[in-house]
Amino acid sequence: MKIPVLRLKNILLTSIQVDLTDEDALNFQEDLLKAVQINDADGVIIDITALDVVDSFLARVLNETAVMAKILGAEAVISGMQPDVALTLVEMGRELIGVSTAINLDHGMEKLQALISKRAGGV
Amino acid sequence: MEAKKIEIKNSRDVVTARKMGRKMALELGFGSADQTRLATAISELTRNVVQYAGTGLCTITDQSNKNEIKIVTAVEDAGPGISDIDKALEQGYSSGGGMGAGLPGAKRLVQEFGIDSVPGNTVVTITLRRKKI
Repeated sequence: MKIPVLRLKNILLTSIQVDLTDEDALNFQEDLLKAVQINDADGVIIDITALDVVDSFLARVLNETAVMAKILGAEAVISGMQPDVALTLVEMGRELIGVSTAINLDHGMEKLQALISKRAGGV
Repeated sequence: MEAKKIEIKNSRDVVTARKMGRKMALELGFGSADQTRLATAISELTRNVVQYAGTGLCTITDQSNKNEIKIVTAVEDAGPGISDIDKALEQGYSSGGGMGAGLPGAKRLVQEFGIDSVPGNTVVTITLRRKKI
């Protein structure tokens, strides 16, 4: 199951639309990080609007993917988490720690651009 | 009493099992948060089967009665077993290189949680229940 990674100017846009197996999630992580390097991306958005389950494994993979992207030098935002998913993750004691999140793709885009200009030394 | 049995052999079966749990919760009238809780808990437990035992069985049973809607899910395997159950339920403890969030996480999502484990037979049972309105 390949998750498309779209390039939009200086950022990469991905949207997880299917229920991922653990292997799918790890492949996605690898693909996205390679795409960050190949495209010299300033930031990535991972939209999870379509996910109705994020268990501890996927939460960890998403969390780590965002951290890894940052280590590579790109900013990362996760957008569109469903309220039921947020509720379940917090009840389980798992949160996306240290990751920028946004309520939807629109706000995710704004947040990402702000993070990128902040890192570039802007306001 | 409707029961669904899903053989757990790989991570694709984990996805199948949690979808099945969500579907039954939806059909019985559980709200979307409960559907997500059950699907997530099943995902954690069946992943443990794949990770620690290799294969196992997930049985999702409708045990609703006139007062409440109730789903009992039993996840069993013939793996090495859990030697220290209290320890396995501690947040952050893992014997398998994971985050240690699986069992304690699943426990927090449901109303009842039980483990019976001896070497060669482990059964984790979770119950989701709500009063009928």
